[in-house]
Amino acid sequence: MTAVGRLTNEPIDASSLAVEAGSPSFGAILVFLGVVRDINDGRSVTAIDYSAYEAMAAILLGDIAREGAERHGPANVVIVHRLGELGLQEASVGIAVANAHRDDAYQLSRWCIDELKRRVPIWKREHYTDGTREWVDPTGAAVEASR
Amino acid sequence: MSVTLLLFASYADAFGTPSLSVELPEQATVADLLTAISGRSGAHVLPKAPLVAVNQRYAHPSTRIASGDEVALIPPVAGG
Repeated sequence: MTAVGRLTNEPIDASSLAVEAGSPSFGAILVFLGVVRDINDGRSVTAIDYSAYEAMAAILLGDIAREGAERHGPANVVIVHRLGELGLQEASVGIAVANAHRDDAYQLSRWCIDELKRRVPIWKREHYTDGTREWVDPTGAAVEASR
Repeated sequence: MSVTLLLFASYADAFGTPSLSVELPEQATVADLLTAISGRSGAHVLPKAPLVAVNQRYAHPSTRIASGDEVALIPPVAGG
């Protein structure tokens, strides 16, 4: 069984994630990509830079992959999160899951992205068209504005 | 004992540094650590109960910190 999570500075390729997760015994492979979109909270976004507490984030991504595969398995899970500056439509996260059947795959994929957003120490700073940059705080107001 | 506290993202910006050196008594807890830094410049951005990791795992206020532990203050996470 494959259950891995990792960080990368390279573009995320959906096809290779699908290949990595696949197995002859699993009839459903689902690849989720989270990508940079142009509007957030009504503000026009041009790019996002992602940073992490890398050692801890890598551990937790692996934890989530393993826990997900146990909850909704048998399954293979590959979770990749990208760091650095990403432009519009670039993928910040890729999650490939493979299960025997699709119902488990959909549940597992959803569980993995929810857990990633809940607990993995990764942060993003949005760049806006007016030249400002702000750390995104999903718990409430923006923490700090700069430039 | 002297503990190095790692800071990231908005917290690193607010404190103006990626790490703080904090002097703590032996047997100090995460809660003690938070009290010790509450007067530092930048601490006003911290929520009431900021997340703290000890040795790369989330810790509780009562978690004890030992000399040499890797301790980090974790801003609200925003992955994905």
